[in-house]
Amino acid sequence: MSGKLKVIAAMSGGVDSAVAAARAVEAGHEVIGVHLALSSNPQKYRSGARGCCTVEDSHDARRAADVIGIPFYIWDMAEQFHAGVVENFLSEYQSGRTPNPCLRCNEKIKFEAVLVRAKALGFDAVVTGHYAITKEVNGVKTLNRAVDPEKDQSYVLAVLTADQINGAIFPLGDTVKDDVRKEAQARGLFVANKPDSHDICFVPSGDNAGWLRERLGSEVGPIVDQSGKELGQHNGAYTFTIGQRRGLNLTVPTPKGEPRYVLSIEPKTNTVVVGTHEALAVNKIVGQPPIWCGPVPDLNKVYKGFAQVRAHGEPLPTKYQFDGTHLIADLDQPVFGLATGQALVIYEDDRVVGSATISETF
Amino acid sequence: MAVDSSQIYFDHAATTPMVQPAIDALTAQLLKTGNASSLHSTGRSIRKELEEARESIAKAAGCSAIDVIFTGTGTEADNLAIKGLYWLGAKAGKNIIITSTFEHHAVMDPIKWLQEHEGATVIEIPVSKTGSLDLPALQAAVTQHGAKVAFISIIHANNEIGTVQPIDQVVKIAGDIPVHSDAVQSFGKIDFNFNQLGLTAATISAHKVGGPLGVAALILKKGVNIEPVLHGGGQERDIRSGTFNAPGIIAFAAAASNAMIHMQARDAKIRKLKSFLITKVLAAVPDAWVNGQSENSLPGVVNITFPGSDNEGLLLLLDMAGIACSTGSACSAGVHRPSHVLMAIGLTEDETTSSLRFSLGDSNTEEEIDKLASVIASVVEKSKSAANKKVSN
Repeated sequence: MSGKLKVIAAMSGGVDSAVAAARAVEAGHEVIGVHLALSSNPQKYRSGARGCCTVEDSHDARRAADVIGIPFYIWDMAEQFHAGVVENFLSEYQSGRTPNPCLRCNEKIKFEAVLVRAKALGFDAVVTGHYAITKEVNGVKTLNRAVDPEKDQSYVLAVLTADQINGAIFPLGDTVKDDVRKEAQARGLFVANKPDSHDICFVPSGDNAGWLRERLGSEVGPIVDQSGKELGQHNGAYTFTIGQRRGLNLTVPTPKGEPRYVLSIEPKTNTVVVGTHEALAVNKIVGQPPIWCGPVPDLNKVYKGFAQVRAHGEPLPTKYQFDGTHLIADLDQPVFGLATGQALVIYEDDRVVGSATISETF
Repeated sequence: MAVDSSQIYFDHAATTPMVQPAIDALTAQLLKTGNASSLHSTGRSIRKELEEARESIAKAAGCSAIDVIFTGTGTEADNLAIKGLYWLGAKAGKNIIITSTFEHHAVMDPIKWLQEHEGATVIEIPVSKTGSLDLPALQAAVTQHGAKVAFISIIHANNEIGTVQPIDQVVKIAGDIPVHSDAVQSFGKIDFNFNQLGLTAATISAHKVGGPLGVAALILKKGVNIEPVLHGGGQERDIRSGTFNAPGIIAFAAAASNAMIHMQARDAKIRKLKSFLITKVLAAVPDAWVNGQSENSLPGVVNITFPGSDNEGLLLLLDMAGIACSTGSACSAGVHRPSHVLMAIGLTEDETTSSLRFSLGDSNTEEEIDKLASVIASVVEKSKSAANKKVSN
């Protein structure tokens, strides 16, 4: 895609998406600003100016669109968001996994529901304020890391298919965040100094465990060691994450007096298994279903690359292969405390090869 | 205040351009100094003009000048009437409110508030598929609960589909029960006579008839002394305190008088345009339909369902084509909501979000409707594929 396009700029009300929309206008595209209403009751999810779901945020997005000089609409994606992101978040925790809702939102909402609707309405692409770079090589668009390592969001975009990447424009990938803020200031966008959003936008208090307890109940269950010996109790296995050390409240010390970590969560028996740090070591990661952001690797061929397992985690040198169903990473060095449900993202240098949701670790 | 000439404006029910006599009155007033409540000659001279304005509006609305209580908006007037009449009734042990299922939010929401906070019991009278109040159901409710009913509130002409309600019949059935009617959409457009209808209270607003924004009135029969919502300087029979918005009120009167002079001619012209729009749009999109009967309705309001489409997409695409219309009400964040009005006349939720309101005014022409007709089919097709709704046949 090149030349003048008709694009939808997804505007959260934050500084990044505002500058991205402004840059799209400058690039000569015909830009329409759209704010996604993700909650049927905008006050329900979060109050304050940090999320992407409030009345203030929709107002901020509208004012940014005014300053940039583009039309602006609100699209109600509350139902899709609830079904694709919030329900998924709950069911993943219920199954003993640790989901990444931002990734699901990119996958199901921003580059699925929005892009599909945009294309049906006659638009070519969706512009967002994500920090990532797309490059076109031999007519194929690839997804790559942003220049700002602190802000790089290629990890949470690694759920996009090659088709979706084709319909995405990320104008901020070549800029560091500080410069984006300065640019916003220079452009007269008053969101220039708005704090970054953190946490999970639909958990208003930031108290993830409490939010889950309210919805999933708090059933007391055992905390056991690897031999099955009960060491204590908890109020709901789903509020724990593999690798977690705090909040176990165990009074029985280990023989060597070393700290214990959550090794696994067994939702069927509501059991949390704990053990030493060494027991957290993971050498092999299996994920499914794989999503390829560019060319599909040859079947069962072993490649060298980097695995990333957390949003701002280190790239871990690895061998990887695709067996037709799973994406499998054999790490050069073990990684500690890896939760199933998170995304395994494979990079070839800065290029995102693909991703999969971690289903098993060894 | 003209409409941007590059835009085709089919949203006159939201607000309509100010008419020249109102602009002249407003700009003349803006040059004057004086608080109409002041006792000195400067104040008195403004008060004189304000009282003349009140008399003009009373004449246009078929009430006495003393009945007119100026407010800031129609919503304020509705709230004042509904809370005031309820509290008045509650003092005499009457805690039932009778209303319809398709009132404007400015009526519906204060009633809901009274239900949640003041212990009111609410009876909602249904409306027919063609958009008329079910009078036998009203009769039954009054017969059963009459002695306990604080008041009845029924919209005069519905804001989304335009259908006119038989308020004279409502008042007859009500007997001694006070009746309030939101006449914001009908005042100045069709016959509305407060005294002839026998109403206790009614709401009218300036900007719907070519007056300025920010001025409206509650017409409240003299002697009905309701509790104020705003307490202060005691203006407006002690029912609505606050410094008089003299420029707004005087311009409102100019607009109201202008509307009365031109009502008949305007009615004929706009009705003709409306039927032209219906013919052209239904010819372009054969499975579309008009909601509510179009005969006994406002001259300029027409609501059309385009099955399988999504009105968010329709509005965006029409806006891009330079055509402004409306999807009905939106929440404070700007999210479209399924219209309770369309649900009340029997549409499914999917059908309500496939519907658009076009409201015509003096500025519209047949050429503009031709432009709409030339784009509507492709707009609907695009919106359908974006919405991906299932359509039942």
